[in-house]
Amino acid sequence: MGVDIAFWILAVVGVGAALAVVSLRDVFRAALSLVLCFLAVAGIYITLSADFLAAVQILIYVGAISVLIILAIMLTREVRRGSPSGKLRIPAFIVAVLFFGGVAFALLNTTWQVSGVPPLEPTTPAIAELLFGEGGFILPVEIAPILLLAAILGAIVLVREK
Amino acid sequence: MSVGLEHYLILSAIIFSIGLYGALSKRNAIVILMSIELMLNAVNIAMVAFSRYIVPLLLTGQVFAIFVMVVAAAEVAVGLAIIISIYRHRETIDVTKIDLLKW
Repeated sequence: MGVDIAFWILAVVGVGAALAVVSLRDVFRAALSLVLCFLAVAGIYITLSADFLAAVQILIYVGAISVLIILAIMLTREVRRGSPSGKLRIPAFIVAVLFFGGVAFALLNTTWQVSGVPPLEPTTPAIAELLFGEGGFILPVEIAPILLLAAILGAIVLVREK
Repeated sequence: MSVGLEHYLILSAIIFSIGLYGALSKRNAIVILMSIELMLNAVNIAMVAFSRYIVPLLLTGQVFAIFVMVVAAAEVAVGLAIIISIYRHRETIDVTKIDLLKW
């Protein structure tokens, strides 16, 4: 019961913050509501009993990605121009509504095979076993640092002063 | 009515649609990047919800969500570097004015 109330509160906060991201004129305030949306998503993970993922969400999204975005807003000095919508605002709205209608129709008319087993808690040892254990995801784990290294080198090369 | 899988999936679809609208309609490149982050978060919610309700003991969806976060971090770093580089050369990040490849 408590989880249900938490879900509804977090869902309303998350959707409201997401709407604020696309509707606010001020880019900086949009970035701050993006942080609020990330926090609400972390709470949603907790209601899904994904405790490790909630901590990672706060560390990476709230801690790192939002700081990067705010830094970029400061560096580009576009704040005074705001975030205007382009000519395609109404077609974009129609596309988004049609997409949502299609997805909602599809997933409400599917019979999901929901398992009644209570979730695993805590999840951290199980995720570690899955990532690094025998027959797990060790190859993607080894590829991820290569991707991150390439991204860091690419970012340095792109913004380096000549 | 207690909260189930459908509630989480509908929430994920709502946030994804909001992100889609923002990515298609906005002119500021940083706001477009923020909308893409919203879409990635919505996908993560859907995958964790599937993992929780359909295979509660396997946690595969949570591992996928971790890899999505890795790719999102790399994407943000490179995307913001590209935006700052474009701003240095053209003094704007309005995507309707960045039309170098438009004939």
